[in-house]
Amino acid sequence: MNDVAKHQSGRKIIKVALVGQPNVGKSALINSIGNARLKVGNFSGVTVKKEVVRFVRGDYEFKITDLPGSYSLTDYTIEERVTKKYLDEDEYDLILNVVDSTNIERNLYLTTELLALNKKIVIALNMTDEAVNEGVHINEQQLSKILGARCVKTSALKKTGIDELIDAIIETYNSKLPDLHLQFSEPFEEEIANIVDFLQAKKFQCKISLKALAIKLLREDRQAYQRFHEEPIWIELLPIINKAYQHLYLHYGTKDLEDIFNDEKNAVAKGAVAETVVFEKDNRLSLTDKIDALLMHQVVGLPIFLFMMWGLFQLTFDIGSIPMDWIDAFFVALIDGTKNFLGHTELASVIADGAIAGVGAVVLFLPNIIILFFGIALLETTGYMSRVAFLLDGFFHKFGLHGKSFIPLVTGFGCSVPAYMASRTLKNDRDRLLTLFIIGFMSCGARLPIYVLFVGAFFAEHHAGNILFLIYISGALLGILAAKILKMTVFKGKDEPFVMEMPKYRLPSFKLIWHTVSGQALMYLKKAGTFILMASVLVWFASNYPKQPELEQAYQIKIEQAADDAQAKALSNELALSKLENSYLGMIGHASEPFFAPLGYDWRMAVALETGLAAKEVVVATLGVLYGLGDDITEQHTGLIEKIRENISLPAGISFIVFVMIYLPCLAASMVFMREAGGWKYLGYLFIFTTVTAWLLSFAAFHITRMLV
Amino acid sequence: MTLDKLSKGESAIITAIHANRELKNRFNSFGLVKGARISVEERSLGKKTIRVRINKTRIALRSAEAEKIEVKA
Ligand SMILES: Nc1nc2c(ncn2[C@@H]2O[C@H](COP(=O)(O)OP(=O)(O)OP(=O)(O)O)[C@@H](O)[C@H]2O)c(=O)[nH]1
Ligand SMILES: [Mg+2]
Repeated sequence: MNDVAKHQSGRKIIKVALVGQPNVGKSALINSIGNARLKVGNFSGVTVKKEVVRFVRGDYEFKITDLPGSYSLTDYTIEERVTKKYLDEDEYDLILNVVDSTNIERNLYLTTELLALNKKIVIALNMTDEAVNEGVHINEQQLSKILGARCVKTSALKKTGIDELIDAIIETYNSKLPDLHLQFSEPFEEEIANIVDFLQAKKFQCKISLKALAIKLLREDRQAYQRFHEEPIWIELLPIINKAYQHLYLHYGTKDLEDIFNDEKNAVAKGAVAETVVFEKDNRLSLTDKIDALLMHQVVGLPIFLFMMWGLFQLTFDIGSIPMDWIDAFFVALIDGTKNFLGHTELASVIADGAIAGVGAVVLFLPNIIILFFGIALLETTGYMSRVAFLLDGFFHKFGLHGKSFIPLVTGFGCSVPAYMASRTLKNDRDRLLTLFIIGFMSCGARLPIYVLFVGAFFAEHHAGNILFLIYISGALLGILAAKILKMTVFKGKDEPFVMEMPKYRLPSFKLIWHTVSGQALMYLKKAGTFILMASVLVWFASNYPKQPELEQAYQIKIEQAADDAQAKALSNELALSKLENSYLGMIGHASEPFFAPLGYDWRMAVALETGLAAKEVVVATLGVLYGLGDDITEQHTGLIEKIRENISLPAGISFIVFVMIYLPCLAASMVFMREAGGWKYLGYLFIFTTVTAWLLSFAAFHITRMLV
Repeated sequence: MTLDKLSKGESAIITAIHANRELKNRFNSFGLVKGARISVEERSLGKKTIRVRINKTRIALRSAEAEKIEVKA
């Protein structure tokens, strides 16, 4: 205990690397140990970048790094590279290897590789609850002995075994590194023993055990060889290793060392399972198989998926509109109330017409957002996600996309930022870039308010759900079409293999869904209360300044001389409108009007689209402020939907929807896109690509609708 | 015979995997190794994608990948 890291408070810091195959419950386990809120989902590749969770237990402070799941320590995909790199290069005190008890043999394959690293290691046999139900009994004491590492049964779901796991980690941390227990097949062990004997005879000193070193040499580990090159004993060691290779080649009938080692790993896993696991009942048709027989059926599978999507959008409208009416009424009352209270002042206007109108326009759509995120959470947590990827792979493949792209694309319906991150699970850079470029076509949650607003304004209530469904589907289809075009022109190349695990179906716990959905809802509200609030006030200022005293005076005189009330009202409306048009925002809008005029937009819609580059929620906030201001102040306030209907024509509205569907995602998403794609130039391409597409299709939509109605 | 030739519900033993290093490692880590029993659970329309099962793992792969796996009944 000489130089252990210590916290100021005198607590010892234990750095833990959390490693395991995908979807075994690593993140879920840390959530239950450390009260964290890491993202959990029932498919491979939920965690795509490392994340550190800290918590204190007694005298110890834990710093656990949640790593992306890896089937084995290879660099197949970016996220797996993250894990391998972390294990090779970072500092940590021990490895916590999480294992799915119900699929233990395959999981031990990775464990074998981890053991060969010869680091302190604790193994969590997770999903114990499921294992018990499925009749899988593991003798963890026996397994601990065989592997030479503490094994603890845990369940992240039922929160069992957590304290034991913590104790095991502390104990392992405080004890010294045990000898390598890994037992390979006899021929392999013989060669290892030869090398170890030689190194021992030479009194060779090494940080890891000699056996671990010998294994590295036999695996042709680059690092080990580089180190040895400078050692004098290299000359003598070389012939021994050479002979070992010859023996192994002969015995296994292949010269592929990786094949040989893979075989060994499998044999170790199989052996350990044979000695320590009892399978009580087996091979009965599980529930998952029964559900899959229907949901993955080659004929009805896809229609069922589409039907469920359609149902989700019906719900978004039908259920969502009930609280929406209340929220709308509330904000209208609040605006009127504020103005009555503060009187006809600048302050009243900035609060009511700026802040409240803008924020209210965004909060209005909270119910829709919640329903949408609920749907996505179900898709992510039940295990259906990978099934749909399977169902769509054939179709996707025709358009040059990889089946796995489905996961980032679906994530994109929630928010583009995690979607861009999720595309890291794609192995090939070309597939990944292609996916990155079309994620924007999947309308994110922040665009939903715009659709709901416009669809609500222009279509009958019983059609609204269908139209919404149509918008999302056509967005997705456009994206896939764009993929085809990009694949044929820019991202040419051969196809990558599609190999993907289908997890078993899991009934998500209420808590998990609640966590996911409430987290998203809170984030939406927080954004409304901060970013959107500021943007709304900014929009208000830009639309109220510069002041135009001459214009006001001129109108004031006209109004006083007006013949009757009606004329006076018309005049004051005219005044409000021309004040708006001569404001800063009006100037910006008019400047860009020529660009948008062919699409049927007035300058206010143009401005809304421009402010939408910051965040899509700002579009409705801007519309809320701009169309609110044109109103006569003494008149009873009407809802935002009404105002849209009064001020915008149907063709322009549809054209607007199309533009919103396609054009550049928000600032935050654009930044993440740039990082994931690897440079400014890609953001430039994306901007040009989306703007041109959006403009052309909106133009078409505007003129076609005008011809039809 | 190769894996893609199996029809729905059939199972067989893997005799060889003719894939490049990367894909082979991936197969291996899924438990797809020589001597393992593999069964075909579902095929998509047009037989483009198939779902197989090996031990407790369900895997989706394309026919193009399945062609690289040699099996015997
Ligand atoms: N029944 C049961 N389900 C669990 C348990 N632990 C995790 N799960 C579920 O297993 C799934 C995977 O959990 P995650 O925590 O996302 O898995 P992960 O290992 O972090 O996965 P990746 O980040 O993709 O590598 C989720 O659906 C969890 O709800 C458990 O102990 N029992
Ligand atoms: Mg995770």
